Amino acid sequence: MKNVIEVKQLDKSYGTFKAVHNTSFSVQADKIYGLLGRNGAGKTTLMKLITAQIFPTSGDMKVFGENPYENAKVLSQICFIKESQKYPDLYNILDVLEVSKSIFPNWDVNFSMSLIKDFNLPLNRRIKKLSRGMLSAVGIVIGLASRAPLTIFDEPYLGLDAVSRGIFYDRLMEDYAEHPRTVILSTHLIDEVSNLLEHILVMDNGKLIIDQDAEELRDWAFTVTGQTSKVEAFLIGKEIVHREPFGGLLSATVIRSQNDTDRKQAAAIGLEISPVSLQQLVIHLTNGKSEQKGAIAK
Amino acid sequence: MKNLIDDGRPIFVQIAERIEDDIIEGGLPEETQVPSTNQFAVFYKINPATAAKGVNLLVDEGILYKKRGIGMFVAKGARSMVIEKRKEQFFEQYVITMIREAERLGITTDQLTDMIQRGDKKR
Repeated sequence: MKNVIEVKQLDKSYGTFKAVHNTSFSVQADKIYGLLGRNGAGKTTLMKLITAQIFPTSGDMKVFGENPYENAKVLSQICFIKESQKYPDLYNILDVLEVSKSIFPNWDVNFSMSLIKDFNLPLNRRIKKLSRGMLSAVGIVIGLASRAPLTIFDEPYLGLDAVSRGIFYDRLMEDYAEHPRTVILSTHLIDEVSNLLEHILVMDNGKLIIDQDAEELRDWAFTVTGQTSKVEAFLIGKEIVHREPFGGLLSATVIRSQNDTDRKQAAAIGLEISPVSLQQLVIHLTNGKSEQKGAIAK
Repeated sequence: MKNLIDDGRPIFVQIAERIEDDIIEGGLPEETQVPSTNQFAVFYKINPATAAKGVNLLVDEGILYKKRGIGMFVAKGARSMVIEKRKEQFFEQYVITMIREAERLGITTDQLTDMIQRGDKKR
Protein backbone atom coordinates (compact mmCIF):
# COMPACT_ATOMS: atom_id res chain seq x y z
CA MET A 1 0.00 0.00 0.00
CA LYS A 2 1.12 3.55 -0.74
CA ASN A 3 2.56 5.62 2.09
CA VAL A 4 1.19 9.14 2.46
CA ILE A 5 3.64 10.11 5.19
CA GLU A 6 7.13 8.75 5.79
CA VAL A 7 9.06 10.01 8.77
CA LYS A 8 12.56 8.89 9.71
CA GLN A 9 14.36 9.75 12.94
CA LEU A 10 12.57 13.03 13.28
CA ASP A 11 13.67 15.38 16.06
CA LYS A 12 12.23 18.70 17.14
CA SER A 13 13.93 20.46 20.04
CA TYR A 14 13.18 23.72 21.74
CA GLY A 15 16.47 24.52 23.50
CA THR A 16 17.17 21.43 25.59
CA PHE A 17 13.54 20.28 25.49
CA LYS A 18 12.89 17.53 22.98
CA ALA A 19 9.27 17.88 21.90
CA VAL A 20 9.60 15.09 19.34
CA HIS A 21 12.47 12.68 19.74
CA ASN A 22 13.87 10.14 17.27
CA THR A 23 10.46 9.37 15.79
CA SER A 24 10.06 7.11 12.76
CA PHE A 25 6.81 5.89 11.28
CA SER A 26 4.77 5.83 8.13
CA VAL A 27 1.11 6.51 7.41
CA GLN A 28 -0.62 4.44 4.73
CA ALA A 29 -3.11 5.86 2.28
CA ASP A 30 -6.86 5.75 2.98
CA LYS A 31 -6.72 4.62 6.59
CA ILE A 32 -8.03 6.34 9.71
CA TYR A 33 -5.25 6.85 12.25
CA GLY A 34 -5.60 7.74 15.91
CA LEU A 35 -2.79 9.84 17.36
CA LEU A 36 -3.10 9.49 21.12
CA GLY A 37 -1.17 10.54 24.20
CA ARG A 38 -1.21 12.87 27.18
CA ASN A 39 -1.00 16.66 27.12
CA GLY A 40 2.50 17.74 26.14
CA ALA A 41 3.40 14.33 24.71
CA GLY A 42 4.34 15.93 21.36
CA LYS A 43 1.25 15.17 19.28
CA THR A 44 0.59 18.71 18.12
CA THR A 45 4.29 19.30 17.41
CA LEU A 46 4.32 16.18 15.26
CA MET A 47 1.24 17.32 13.34
CA LYS A 48 2.74 20.77 12.81
CA LEU A 49 5.88 19.13 11.43
CA ILE A 50 3.89 16.96 9.04
CA THR A 51 1.93 19.97 7.79
CA ALA A 52 5.13 22.01 7.34
CA GLN A 53 4.18 24.69 9.86
CA ILE A 54 7.44 24.28 11.78
CA PHE A 55 10.87 22.97 10.79
CA PRO A 56 12.36 19.80 12.25
CA THR A 57 15.66 20.03 14.13
CA SER A 58 16.85 16.94 12.31
CA GLY A 59 15.50 13.89 10.51
CA ASP A 60 13.85 13.05 7.26
CA MET A 61 10.25 13.57 6.28
CA LYS A 62 8.22 12.96 3.13
CA VAL A 63 4.56 13.77 2.61
CA PHE A 64 2.99 12.43 -0.60
CA GLY A 65 6.52 11.40 -1.54
CA GLU A 66 7.95 14.94 -1.36
CA ASN A 67 9.39 17.44 1.04
CA PRO A 68 6.31 19.40 2.23
CA TYR A 69 8.02 22.75 2.95
CA GLU A 70 6.64 25.51 0.74
CA ASN A 71 5.48 22.78 -1.59
CA ALA A 72 2.09 23.86 -2.94
CA LYS A 73 1.51 20.52 -4.62
CA VAL A 74 1.75 18.72 -1.28
CA LEU A 75 0.10 21.33 0.91
CA SER A 76 -2.99 21.64 -1.30
CA GLN A 77 -3.72 18.00 -0.47
CA ILE A 78 -3.65 18.57 3.29
CA CYS A 79 -6.37 19.91 5.54
CA PHE A 80 -5.26 20.52 9.13
CA ILE A 81 -7.94 21.45 11.68
CA LYS A 82 -6.29 22.74 14.82
CA GLU A 83 -7.59 22.69 18.35
CA SER A 84 -8.20 26.44 18.42
CA GLN A 85 -8.43 27.33 14.78
CA LYS A 86 -8.36 31.10 14.23
CA TYR A 87 -10.49 32.82 11.60
CA PRO A 88 -10.68 36.53 10.80
CA ASP A 89 -13.06 38.07 13.36
CA LEU A 90 -15.01 40.06 10.80
CA TYR A 91 -15.79 37.07 8.59
CA ASN A 92 -19.10 35.30 8.93
CA ILE A 93 -19.40 31.53 8.50
CA LEU A 94 -20.31 31.86 4.83
CA ASP A 95 -17.10 33.86 4.18
CA VAL A 96 -15.05 31.14 5.86
CA LEU A 97 -16.70 28.51 3.67
CA GLU A 98 -16.07 30.58 0.50
CA VAL A 99 -12.36 30.89 1.31
CA SER A 100 -12.14 27.17 2.13
CA LYS A 101 -13.76 26.37 -1.21
CA SER A 102 -11.01 28.28 -3.00
CA ILE A 103 -8.23 26.55 -1.02
CA PHE A 104 -9.28 22.90 -1.23
CA PRO A 105 -9.55 21.35 -4.71
CA ASN A 106 -11.94 18.59 -3.59
CA TRP A 107 -14.31 20.91 -1.69
CA ASP A 108 -17.94 19.73 -1.87
CA VAL A 109 -20.40 22.64 -1.56
CA ASN A 110 -23.49 20.46 -1.07
CA PHE A 111 -21.79 18.41 1.61
CA SER A 112 -20.64 21.56 3.43
CA MET A 113 -24.19 22.94 3.41
CA SER A 114 -25.71 19.73 4.73
CA LEU A 115 -23.09 19.73 7.53
CA ILE A 116 -23.96 23.35 8.37
CA LYS A 117 -27.56 22.21 8.78
CA ASP A 118 -26.55 19.15 10.85
CA PHE A 119 -24.64 21.33 13.30
CA ASN A 120 -27.28 24.11 13.32
CA LEU A 121 -24.74 26.76 12.37
CA PRO A 122 -25.95 30.31 11.55
CA LEU A 123 -24.36 31.08 8.16
CA ASN A 124 -24.50 34.87 8.50
CA ARG A 125 -23.21 35.18 12.03
CA ARG A 126 -19.76 36.68 12.51
CA ILE A 127 -16.97 34.44 13.76
CA LYS A 128 -16.38 36.52 16.88
CA LYS A 129 -20.03 36.11 17.89
CA LEU A 130 -19.88 32.32 17.78
CA SER A 131 -19.73 30.15 20.88
CA ARG A 132 -16.70 27.93 21.47
CA GLY A 133 -18.65 24.84 20.43
CA MET A 134 -19.90 26.51 17.23
CA LEU A 135 -16.34 27.49 16.32
CA SER A 136 -15.28 23.87 16.74
CA ALA A 137 -18.20 22.79 14.55
CA VAL A 138 -17.04 25.21 11.81
CA GLY A 139 -13.63 23.51 11.90
CA ILE A 140 -15.24 20.09 11.59
CA VAL A 141 -17.36 21.23 8.62
CA ILE A 142 -14.20 22.44 6.85
CA GLY A 143 -12.26 19.28 7.73
CA LEU A 144 -14.98 17.03 6.34
CA ALA A 145 -16.12 19.05 3.30
CA SER A 146 -12.53 19.65 2.13
CA ARG A 147 -12.22 15.91 1.39
CA ALA A 148 -8.47 16.49 1.46
CA PRO A 149 -6.42 13.34 0.70
CA LEU A 150 -4.75 13.91 4.08
CA THR A 151 -7.11 15.31 6.70
CA ILE A 152 -5.79 15.96 10.19
CA PHE A 153 -8.01 16.77 13.17
CA ASP A 154 -6.15 17.91 16.27
CA GLU A 155 -8.59 17.64 19.20
CA PRO A 156 -11.25 19.28 17.02
CA TYR A 157 -14.08 19.45 19.50
CA LEU A 158 -13.34 21.89 22.29
CA GLY A 159 -16.72 22.91 23.73
CA LEU A 160 -18.63 20.62 21.40
CA ASP A 161 -21.55 18.78 23.04
CA ALA A 162 -22.04 15.00 22.93
CA VAL A 163 -24.79 15.22 20.28
CA SER A 164 -22.57 17.21 17.93
CA ARG A 165 -19.63 14.86 18.51
CA GLY A 166 -21.93 11.99 17.58
CA ILE A 167 -22.89 13.82 14.37
CA PHE A 168 -19.19 14.31 13.61
CA TYR A 169 -18.43 10.58 13.95
CA ASP A 170 -21.49 9.60 11.87
CA ARG A 171 -20.72 12.01 9.03
CA LEU A 172 -17.03 11.10 9.09
CA MET A 173 -17.74 7.38 8.71
CA GLU A 174 -20.43 7.87 6.05
CA ASP A 175 -18.28 10.17 3.96
CA TYR A 176 -15.10 8.16 4.49
CA ALA A 177 -16.92 5.05 3.27
CA GLU A 178 -17.88 6.87 0.05
CA HIS A 179 -14.67 8.84 -0.36
CA PRO A 180 -11.78 7.00 1.30
CA ARG A 181 -8.92 9.25 2.37
CA THR A 182 -6.22 9.39 4.99
CA VAL A 183 -7.44 10.77 8.29
CA ILE A 184 -5.39 11.45 11.41
CA LEU A 185 -7.50 12.06 14.48
CA SER A 186 -5.86 13.27 17.66
CA THR A 187 -8.09 13.17 20.70
CA HIS A 188 -8.35 12.52 24.41
CA LEU A 189 -11.86 11.06 24.06
CA ILE A 190 -10.44 7.68 23.17
CA ASP A 191 -13.47 5.57 24.10
CA GLU A 192 -15.65 7.57 21.71
CA VAL A 193 -13.48 7.00 18.65
CA SER A 194 -11.73 3.70 19.31
CA ASN A 195 -14.00 1.67 16.98
CA LEU A 196 -13.50 4.13 14.11
CA LEU A 197 -9.72 3.86 14.06
CA GLU A 198 -7.81 1.42 11.90
CA HIS A 199 -4.33 2.18 13.20
CA ILE A 200 -3.10 3.57 16.51
CA LEU A 201 -0.13 5.82 17.21
CA VAL A 202 0.62 6.62 20.85
CA MET A 203 3.11 9.29 21.87
CA ASP A 204 4.65 9.69 25.30
CA ASN A 205 7.31 12.23 26.28
CA GLY A 206 8.12 13.05 22.66
CA LYS A 207 8.52 9.43 21.63
CA LEU A 208 6.27 7.19 19.61
CA ILE A 209 5.64 4.21 21.90
CA ILE A 210 2.88 2.43 19.96
CA ASP A 211 2.51 2.10 16.18
CA GLN A 212 0.07 -0.75 15.62
CA ASP A 213 -3.04 -1.96 13.89
CA ALA A 214 -6.09 -1.22 16.08
CA GLU A 215 -7.43 -4.79 15.98
CA GLU A 216 -4.07 -6.24 16.92
CA LEU A 217 -3.74 -3.78 19.76
CA ARG A 218 -7.18 -4.72 21.00
CA ASP A 219 -6.24 -8.35 21.06
CA TRP A 220 -2.89 -7.64 22.61
CA ALA A 221 -3.77 -6.75 26.17
CA PHE A 222 -6.01 -8.11 28.90
CA THR A 223 -6.51 -7.91 32.64
CA VAL A 224 -6.25 -11.02 34.77
CA THR A 225 -7.76 -11.20 38.26
CA GLY A 226 -7.66 -13.90 40.95
CA GLN A 227 -5.88 -15.14 44.07
CA THR A 228 -2.58 -13.31 44.38
CA SER A 229 -0.40 -16.45 44.34
CA LYS A 230 -2.13 -17.87 41.26
CA VAL A 231 -1.94 -14.56 39.39
CA GLU A 232 1.74 -14.14 40.29
CA ALA A 233 2.49 -17.63 38.97
CA PHE A 234 0.62 -16.85 35.74
CA LEU A 235 2.45 -13.54 35.26
CA ILE A 236 5.97 -14.98 35.19
CA GLY A 237 7.68 -14.01 31.97
CA LYS A 238 4.90 -11.65 30.87
CA GLU A 239 5.00 -7.93 30.29
CA ILE A 240 2.90 -6.16 32.90
CA VAL A 241 1.77 -2.54 32.67
CA HIS A 242 -0.49 -2.29 35.69
CA ARG A 243 -1.05 -4.09 38.98
CA GLU A 244 -3.73 -3.54 41.57
CA PRO A 245 -3.80 -5.63 44.75
CA PHE A 246 -7.14 -5.87 46.54
CA GLY A 247 -7.30 -7.93 49.74
CA GLY A 248 -6.09 -11.41 48.84
CA LEU A 249 -6.71 -10.72 45.16
CA LEU A 250 -4.49 -9.29 42.49
CA SER A 251 -5.53 -7.72 39.24
CA ALA A 252 -2.84 -7.22 36.60
CA THR A 253 -2.85 -5.92 33.05
CA VAL A 254 -0.67 -7.81 30.60
CA ILE A 255 0.47 -6.62 27.17
CA ARG A 256 2.11 -8.24 24.15
CA SER A 257 0.61 -11.59 25.08
CA GLN A 258 -0.08 -14.72 23.06
CA ASN A 259 -3.66 -13.94 23.70
CA ASP A 260 -5.40 -17.19 22.85
CA THR A 261 -3.10 -19.61 24.65
CA ASP A 262 -2.64 -17.26 27.61
CA ARG A 263 -6.38 -16.84 27.99
CA LYS A 264 -7.01 -20.57 27.96
CA GLN A 265 -4.20 -21.14 30.45
CA ALA A 266 -5.59 -18.49 32.80
CA ALA A 267 -9.14 -19.83 32.55
CA ALA A 268 -7.89 -23.36 33.27
CA ILE A 269 -6.42 -22.30 36.62
CA GLY A 270 -9.55 -20.35 37.56
CA LEU A 271 -8.41 -16.81 36.85
CA GLU A 272 -10.80 -14.24 35.53
CA ILE A 273 -9.89 -12.56 32.26
CA SER A 274 -11.32 -9.22 31.29
CA PRO A 275 -10.73 -6.97 28.30
CA VAL A 276 -8.81 -3.71 28.41
CA SER A 277 -10.26 -0.81 26.46
CA LEU A 278 -8.00 1.26 24.27
CA GLN A 279 -8.47 4.14 26.69
CA GLN A 280 -7.39 2.09 29.71
CA LEU A 281 -4.45 0.73 27.78
CA VAL A 282 -3.26 4.21 26.80
CA ILE A 283 -3.65 5.35 30.42
CA HIS A 284 -1.56 2.43 31.66
CA LEU A 285 1.10 2.91 28.99
CA THR A 286 1.49 6.66 29.39
CA ASN A 287 1.05 6.90 33.14
CA GLY A 288 4.58 7.55 34.42
CA LYS A 289 3.87 5.49 37.52
CA SER A 290 3.22 2.21 35.73
CA GLU A 291 6.88 1.25 35.41
CA GLN A 292 7.35 1.84 39.10
CA LYS A 293 4.38 -0.37 39.90
CA GLY A 294 5.80 -3.10 37.70
CA ALA A 295 9.14 -2.79 39.41
CA ILE A 296 7.79 -3.25 42.96
CA ALA A 297 6.64 -6.80 42.25
CA LYS A 298 9.17 -9.40 41.20
CA MET B 1 -28.87 3.26 20.76
CA LYS B 2 -27.43 0.46 22.85
CA ASN B 3 -23.83 -0.46 22.43
CA LEU B 4 -23.84 -3.05 19.68
CA ILE B 5 -20.17 -3.85 19.89
CA ASP B 6 -18.65 -4.96 23.18
CA ASP B 7 -15.11 -4.26 24.20
CA GLY B 8 -14.02 -7.79 24.90
CA ARG B 9 -13.30 -9.41 21.58
CA PRO B 10 -12.02 -8.32 18.19
CA ILE B 11 -14.70 -6.29 16.40
CA PHE B 12 -14.38 -8.22 13.13
CA VAL B 13 -15.22 -11.45 14.97
CA GLN B 14 -18.31 -9.80 16.42
CA ILE B 15 -19.40 -8.61 12.97
CA ALA B 16 -19.03 -12.15 11.64
CA GLU B 17 -21.11 -13.45 14.56
CA ARG B 18 -23.89 -10.92 13.90
CA ILE B 19 -24.11 -12.11 10.30
CA GLU B 20 -24.13 -15.73 11.50
CA ASP B 21 -26.94 -14.93 13.97
CA ASP B 22 -28.99 -13.47 11.13
CA ILE B 23 -28.37 -16.58 9.05
CA ILE B 24 -29.47 -18.88 11.93
CA GLU B 25 -32.59 -16.87 12.70
CA GLY B 26 -33.62 -16.61 9.06
CA GLY B 27 -33.09 -12.85 8.67
CA LEU B 28 -30.60 -13.65 5.94
CA PRO B 29 -31.88 -16.67 3.96
CA GLU B 30 -29.54 -18.53 1.60
CA GLU B 31 -28.80 -16.74 -1.68
CA THR B 32 -29.73 -13.31 -0.30
CA GLN B 33 -27.38 -10.37 -0.38
CA VAL B 34 -25.51 -9.32 2.76
CA PRO B 35 -25.17 -5.56 3.50
CA SER B 36 -22.00 -3.98 2.10
CA THR B 37 -18.99 -3.34 4.31
CA ASN B 38 -19.72 0.39 4.10
CA GLN B 39 -23.24 -0.20 5.36
CA PHE B 40 -21.86 -2.21 8.27
CA ALA B 41 -19.34 0.54 8.99
CA VAL B 42 -21.96 3.28 9.10
CA PHE B 43 -24.49 1.23 11.09
CA TYR B 44 -22.13 -0.08 13.76
CA LYS B 45 -19.85 3.01 13.67
CA ILE B 46 -16.76 0.98 12.96
CA ASN B 47 -13.96 1.24 10.44
CA PRO B 48 -14.91 -0.22 7.01
CA ALA B 49 -11.66 -2.20 6.96
CA THR B 50 -12.73 -3.93 10.16
CA ALA B 51 -16.16 -4.71 8.72
CA ALA B 52 -14.51 -6.13 5.59
CA LYS B 53 -12.33 -8.35 7.76
CA GLY B 54 -15.43 -9.79 9.46
CA VAL B 55 -17.17 -10.45 6.13
CA ASN B 56 -14.04 -12.05 4.68
CA LEU B 57 -13.81 -14.39 7.66
CA LEU B 58 -17.16 -15.87 6.56
CA VAL B 59 -16.10 -15.93 2.90
CA ASP B 60 -13.04 -18.02 3.89
CA GLU B 61 -15.32 -20.44 5.71
CA GLY B 62 -17.62 -20.75 2.69
CA ILE B 63 -20.60 -19.25 4.54
CA LEU B 64 -20.69 -16.20 2.27
CA TYR B 65 -19.60 -15.91 -1.34
CA LYS B 66 -18.78 -13.03 -3.59
CA LYS B 67 -20.66 -12.20 -6.78
CA ARG B 68 -18.30 -10.01 -8.72
CA GLY B 69 -19.46 -6.45 -9.10
CA ILE B 70 -22.60 -7.05 -7.05
CA GLY B 71 -21.63 -7.95 -3.49
CA MET B 72 -21.65 -10.71 -0.89
CA PHE B 73 -24.30 -13.42 -0.74
CA VAL B 74 -25.24 -16.17 1.70
CA ALA B 75 -24.02 -19.53 0.35
CA LYS B 76 -26.14 -22.65 -0.10
CA GLY B 77 -25.97 -24.77 3.04
CA ALA B 78 -24.70 -21.80 5.06
CA ARG B 79 -27.26 -22.23 7.81
CA SER B 80 -26.31 -25.82 8.65
CA MET B 81 -22.60 -24.88 8.48
CA VAL B 82 -23.13 -22.08 10.97
CA ILE B 83 -25.18 -24.29 13.28
CA GLU B 84 -22.47 -26.98 13.28
CA LYS B 85 -19.86 -24.38 14.10
CA ARG B 86 -21.99 -22.95 16.90
CA LYS B 87 -22.53 -26.42 18.41
CA GLU B 88 -18.79 -26.82 18.79
CA GLN B 89 -18.52 -23.37 20.33
CA PHE B 90 -21.43 -24.21 22.64
CA PHE B 91 -19.45 -27.09 24.12
CA GLU B 92 -16.40 -24.89 24.76
CA GLN B 93 -18.22 -21.78 25.91
CA TYR B 94 -21.05 -23.20 28.01
CA VAL B 95 -20.49 -26.87 28.86
CA ILE B 96 -16.82 -26.66 29.84
CA THR B 97 -17.39 -23.40 31.75
CA MET B 98 -20.37 -24.92 33.56
CA ILE B 99 -18.47 -28.05 34.57
CA ARG B 100 -15.60 -25.95 35.86
CA GLU B 101 -17.89 -23.79 38.01
CA ALA B 102 -19.77 -26.91 39.23
CA GLU B 103 -16.47 -28.42 40.32
CA ARG B 104 -15.63 -25.27 42.26
CA LEU B 105 -18.95 -25.43 44.10
CA GLY B 106 -18.69 -29.18 44.77
CA ILE B 107 -21.60 -30.15 42.49
CA THR B 108 -21.31 -33.74 41.31
CA THR B 109 -21.92 -34.84 37.72
CA ASP B 110 -25.18 -36.58 38.81
CA GLN B 111 -26.44 -33.43 40.51
CA LEU B 112 -25.53 -31.46 37.42
CA THR B 113 -27.51 -33.82 35.18
CA ASP B 114 -30.47 -33.46 37.57
CA MET B 115 -30.25 -29.71 37.37
CA ILE B 116 -30.27 -29.78 33.58
CA GLN B 117 -33.40 -31.96 33.58
CA ARG B 118 -35.10 -29.68 36.09
CA GLY B 119 -34.17 -26.66 33.95
CA ASP B 120 -35.59 -28.36 30.88
CA LYS B 121 -38.99 -28.92 32.60
CA LYS B 122 -39.19 -25.31 33.76
CA ARG B 123 -38.67 -23.98 30.27
